[in-house]
Formats: sequence, C-alpha cells, structure tokens
Amino acid sequence: MPDDLNWAIGGEAGDGIDSTGKIFAQALSRAGRHVFTSKDFASRIRGGYTAYKIRSSTDRVESVVDRLDILVALTERTIDENLDELHDDSVIIYDGERTEMEDIEIPGEMTGLSVPLQRLAEEAGGAIMQNIVALGAACEVTNFPIENLDSALEKKFGSKGESIVSNNKEAARKGQEFVAEEFDHEFDYDLDTTDNDYVLLNGDQAIGMGAIAAGCRFYAGYPITPATDVMEYLTGRIEQFGGEVVQAEDELSAINMALGAARAGARSMTATSGPGIDLMTETFGLVATSETPLVIADVMRSGPSTGMPTKQEQGDLNMTLYGGHGEIPRFVLAPTNVAECFQKTVEAFNLAEKYQTPVFLLADLSMAVTEQTFEPETFDMDAVEIDRGKIVDDDEVEAWTDERDRFQPHFSTADGVSPRALPGTKNAAHMSTGLEHNSLGRRTEDTDVRIEQVDKRNRKVETAKEQEDWSPREFGDSDSDNLVISWGSNEGAMREALEFLDEEDIDVRFLSVPYIFPRPDLSDDIEAADEVIVVECNESGQFADVLEHDALTRVKRVNKYNGVRFKADELAEDIKEQLQSEEVTA
Amino acid sequence: MSSEVRFTDFKSDKQPTWCPGCGDFGTMNGMMKALANTGNDPDNTFVVAGIGCSGKIGTYMHSYALHGVHGRALPVGTGVKLANPDLEVMVAGGDGDGYSIGAGHFIHAVRRNVDMTYVVMDNRIYGLTKGQASPTSREDFETSTTPEGPKQPPVNPLALALSAGGSFIAQSFSTDAQRHTEIVQKAIEHDGFGFVNVFSPCVTFNDVDTYDYFRDSIVDLDDEDHDPTDRDAAKEKILDADKEYQGILYQNEESVPYSELHGLDSNMADIPDGAPEGAMDLVREFY
Repeated sequence: MPDDLNWAIGGEAGDGIDSTGKIFAQALSRAGRHVFTSKDFASRIRGGYTAYKIRSSTDRVESVVDRLDILVALTERTIDENLDELHDDSVIIYDGERTEMEDIEIPGEMTGLSVPLQRLAEEAGGAIMQNIVALGAACEVTNFPIENLDSALEKKFGSKGESIVSNNKEAARKGQEFVAEEFDHEFDYDLDTTDNDYVLLNGDQAIGMGAIAAGCRFYAGYPITPATDVMEYLTGRIEQFGGEVVQAEDELSAINMALGAARAGARSMTATSGPGIDLMTETFGLVATSETPLVIADVMRSGPSTGMPTKQEQGDLNMTLYGGHGEIPRFVLAPTNVAECFQKTVEAFNLAEKYQTPVFLLADLSMAVTEQTFEPETFDMDAVEIDRGKIVDDDEVEAWTDERDRFQPHFSTADGVSPRALPGTKNAAHMSTGLEHNSLGRRTEDTDVRIEQVDKRNRKVETAKEQEDWSPREFGDSDSDNLVISWGSNEGAMREALEFLDEEDIDVRFLSVPYIFPRPDLSDDIEAADEVIVVECNESGQFADVLEHDALTRVKRVNKYNGVRFKADELAEDIKEQLQSEEVTA
Repeated sequence: MSSEVRFTDFKSDKQPTWCPGCGDFGTMNGMMKALANTGNDPDNTFVVAGIGCSGKIGTYMHSYALHGVHGRALPVGTGVKLANPDLEVMVAGGDGDGYSIGAGHFIHAVRRNVDMTYVVMDNRIYGLTKGQASPTSREDFETSTTPEGPKQPPVNPLALALSAGGSFIAQSFSTDAQRHTEIVQKAIEHDGFGFVNVFSPCVTFNDVDTYDYFRDSIVDLDDEDHDPTDRDAAKEKILDADKEYQGILYQNEESVPYSELHGLDSNMADIPDGAPEGAMDLVREFY
C-alpha cells in the first residue's frame, strides 16, 4: 500500500469527532507527516452525521481523494455515509459491545475491528475517552508510533492537569493493546515518520494570523459559519498587540465599526460569509467613496439565502465583484490555499492602505476548515512588509491644502491616490462622506467635479494594475494545448489531478488565479490553447463568465455545487471528460 | 488641546442649508460650544453623522468627520473611539436615524458604553424626505404617509436607553442655548456613553411639536429637585408620558467606559514597520 493514508472518524455531532480528529492530525503532524483535513458536518450542535477526515503522507498533500482506508465508526450511519470511499482493504474500527452497533455488517471484503471502546475507556478512567481508545487502535493498525499520539494528547490536555493526560495515554494504550492481542491480522498500513517539524492550521486561523502580522488592530464581526474561526482566533490574541475584537450586534454594525476604526487610522477588518456580505453591502460604497482602507473577508459557503451553511461553494464571486449600488472601485483577492490565506491577508492590508479602497478576501469553507501542515517558515514574519500608503504628517499637511488653507483629503492626483491625514494631525481636520464630494470631502452635484472624482477613484485601480503583480501561478506542462484555469481553493485538488492525468498521458497547463479583480489578462493564454476549461465550485461558472468576457471567447467549464469540495481523482475524470467533449456548454 | 479654542473654531466656512428657523442650528451651536468648553479642538475631534437633516452636521462643523449611511453612525463612532481613545467622538443623528433604522445599534451602543457623546436631533418627523411620520411622532400625527396618524405609540428613547443600562441619559431643547450647551457638556465629560435627546423643532413639516409647544410644556429637572443618580426617580420621570423634561435624567457616576474595561488606551494607528515583535510565537502555537 502507498504511504498515503486516508483516515476518518465519524459519528453524531456532540460525539467529540472534531477534537478527536484534531488530536490524530496533530499526532501525525508531530511525527513529521504531512496532513490535510476535511470535515463533513451538519448545521446543528448535537446529533446528525459528522466526520473529520485526514489525508496524510510523508509528501505534501494538497487535497482530498475519493478513498478511505481506516474509518472509526461511532455510528452505523458513518459506514453508510462513506460507503463510496471505502474499499476492500479498508479497516473499520467500531465498538461492537454497544447495543446499536452489535449487529452491524462490515461491507464487502473490508476488515471490521470490534474494539470495546467504551469499556476500555472506563477501565482507563472514564467513558469520555472512548475516542482516544479508538485512536490507540488506529495507531496499532497503521504501525504508527504511539509516542506521537502522547505528544498530541499532552498538547491538548496539558492545561487540564497531569492525571487527565496520563489517563488519556492509558486509554490509547488499551486500544492499541486490544488490537495487537485480539486480532491475528496483518494490516497493510505502515506509516513512516520523519524528523520534520510542521505546523498545522486552517485557513481561518491563517487569515487571523496574517491580520495580526500585518498590523491589524481592530476587528469587528458577527458570528457566522464558516468565518467565525477568524474572530475566535483573533480574540485573546489581538489584545496582546494592543488591538481589540468587537462582537457587533449585526453585520451592518460590524462593517461600520471597522470602517470607523479605519478612519481613525487603525488597520481594520471584518470577516463574514455570504449572508453577512449581503448585509454589509450597504456600506461597500461608503468605504469606497470615503476612500477608507478596509479589509473584508468573505469565507464563502453554499448559497443563496441561508443555503447550506456547512457546505462548500464559491458562489459569491459576483457578489464581491459587483455588490453594491452604483459603481465601486475595489480589489478582490482569492487565496488558493491555507498558507496563502496568511499571505493574501497581509497583501490585502497593504493594498487597502496604498489605494484607500475596500479589499475583499474571498476564502471558502473548504479552505477555512481545512487543517494543513506547513513548514513554519511558510509563515515568514520577517518577510512581512507594511506599506501604509500616502499618510501625511503635521509637516506635510500644508502641501495638500487649498488657497484657503483647507486640507483636501480627496485631492485628484495623477495616480488617483490622495493624501491621507489621520485624525489628530494638525490643521488637517476634514470630513468624508458617501455623498459625491469635492476635494475637500464636501457634497457636490457639480457635473465636472462628479466626473473628476469618479475618474480619480477609478484611476487608483489603473495605478494598481500597473504597479502590482497580479500574475496567476502556473503548474503542469507549460507547452500543453490543454489549458485549465481555476481560482481560489481549487488549486490543491487541481495540482494533484494533474498527476492523475499525467498517468494517462494527458498533458495540461494549469493556471491558478488568486486575483479576481484586478485579475491577470489571460486572453493570450486562452487564445493560444486548443482547449480551455475553467474549474470552480459553483453552478454558473462565475469566473468562467468574466474570463469569457475578457478574452471574447467561449470556454469549457467544470462546475461542482453539491456542497463538497473537488476531490483530486474525481476532478481529473471531469477534466478528461471535458477534453474529450466536442461541445462548449455554458 | 488648547485652552484658546473658541467655539467658532468648530464652524466650517460652509453655510448650513437647514430651513431658516430649524432647531438644528441651536443643537449644533450647543455642540460646538460644549466641545470648546471641554477643551477640545477640531484636530482631536471626530464627528460622525448618518443620513437626514442631522447628517449634514459634519459639513457645517469643522473637525474630523464622517458622514455615513443611514442609521449606522453609532457603530462608526464606536470604531473611531476604540481605535484612538485620544479622540473626542461625537455622534449626531436624527429620530429616524437613531430610533428607526438605527434602533438596534442604539440600544447596543448604550450597553457597550463607549466613551462618546450621542446627540439626537429629535424633531418627531422625517424632514428631508418632506414630512413623513418618524418613530417619535405622536400616535395621531397626520402626515403624508400616515393620513390618520401612525396609530402606534411613539418610541420613548430615554426609556430604551435606561432599560439598556444607559449610564448617561439626558434631554435638552435646542433653543434653550445655555441649558442645552451645559447638558451636552456634561455628556462629553461623562465617562461612558453620553446620550442627549434634543428637541430640535422642524419649522417646515411639524406643526404640532413646535417651539411654542416645547416652550410651554418643558419642565426643567433642576426645578424639580431631581437626583440624576437615583435610577428609580429617573425611571419615574422617563415613563411619565405627560411631561417633556429637560436636564440630566440619569447618570451613573460609577460608570466605567468600554475602553477602560477592556484595557484599551493606545492609538491603534501606531503599528510597527513589519510584523510585530513576537509574531513568530503566533506560528509556533500551531506546532
């Protein structure tokens, strides 16, 4: 068997699935193995099927695949839910002493290991540790050194006292020993370890970490799945750097608080998901016309309306690109993996202040809740640069005043970017407004001034297009006539799909685009290719639409909108099918 | 801050377009005087306003200011004040802005108790949209959208504030310049959220709640021996629907403002040139 292992624990929400999965992910990471996690969860606190899945390898893993090797099934339904991914060599660990599990049937040739999870946990000190018994059993099946699990347990329970930690270690050992003694079975799995030290974190945490690194000191938000982790990460941490998280009464308040903090000079942000973005839309225009630097993260989930709160989708592209009445200059960035959530957040703050615009950060559920391993240097704090743009101090104010010594916060410059005086700056008191205004920030309906200010604001985007790097990232065979383009979090699955396609001698050039607006001009690339396929997690192909518009041609599409992220092997099949298809359907 | 600041320093060179005789002139003058009297100057003052006649105040005053969207002035003010505690933040709104579209923000701003001043120019009508009922309009007040009156009781903003845990609740009358200024001044000096509802008559569209009406009916709390620290006494006065009071209805002298409670005392605009010291600890946490 390959070293690549797919493991999952599933049961009912409230069974501790999440924390158990996290402990095993941590153990694998601590053993120098790469980890990529995903979650199946329902929008409820208790009950309903939920699962935590881990793919692990000594090589980097960037996606999930349609295969499950070891399943800890706390309920019978867990087996049914994962039947498609299970295969003949799969091992299912379950507690056959539980009444509702005693008659379960292990499908096909699969190996069922009935381990008395609850009884062994009680022997170790408490039934609550039954999941840890299962982890110990999994260690034995995979020949994985249990010391790594100990280390993860110490991290998880260390603050709760020594006896809790030792009881859990004991529970794990009981699971391990039970499997070793009771089953005379040669398992196919043999996990290697390495000396590498990895960090393990998810996209929401990476956004929060990027925000603190970039000097963000004010965050206002309203809890919403799957963006809440950003707020939870920042809470308790941002304060250590002199900042504050405010849980606002609603999203309207959140974005306006963030706007207020930004006008006072703080690097400021809010994060939400689609329904919250709808509410915040009212204020987008104000942010843009008052030329306030603001970072707004949209961690997308399935829409429209409340849609499927715990499922994946990339359906808000149009919303962030076009949302708001009138015409609004803005930037839209879409990180393509967990590490990029950190880097793009830092970039978002710099762009916001350099160009005094709203900057949208389009993340999504699959990236937000995915925990992934990285070399710690991936989050290189020394490489973080802060560019605060054209902030003027007391001495520079005079250069930007009019003939009556009034500061002009919306002065129409050649590059479109005006001087910015933070409150407290001497002799620069000024107002700003969502009304059309003159260079002083005062309301006007003068036709010439209107045009001047609209053009000025749009000029910032033109300047940014010239000054910043909006390139896509390229993978695969650069000479191929088959071009696949995706945006945001599909990159990992697509990169791995390239390997599956390569095995079938299908060459593909892959461009992963982290910028929606401004975006790279891909017209020449599209023109040069025989086949162009745009991959995205939505029904209509929102990014495909804008690319068709840019390149004035039709492209093929691979869309997935069932609520589940792309899986690499399945995506490879979809690409293959599209390449063989004659028709461009849109 | 300078002791030589005069209230006219807070005046912009823009002439207000409020109707002649509008109560908002007096309301704004009192705000400017109160700011000057409390030792503020335009460079350390931030005025936030929403939409409506009241929203124009940022244009007519000289200070740092933001004229935002309808009903959201309080969240903006909250962000400004928390980000830079050195700023004197004053939020202005109208009865529609504050008690209708912004009602949710109002009660939460009250309970959050951020150290800023909220002045509501209450004329009991929508003026800028030319005369529709507002949340504080009388039950039988006939307007273009309520030809037989709203047929619902008016909002009692003072009661809302008291029930939400307000730490400073006051009411004034824009034309009583000295008293209005004094009340706003006390709101500024209050450690916490200073809320002042100002009777600011609309001479164009409201022929019921007029200057004459208020002059005849206002009762000054100073003449009533009212103890503003007595919450029960405040409650009684606030729920008395037959009287229009002027003065400080309630003040919690033990009030601890949000920033102090949360240990916020530095200007968040001051950030390092790169990632902050100790930022690598944020990464190590994920080992």
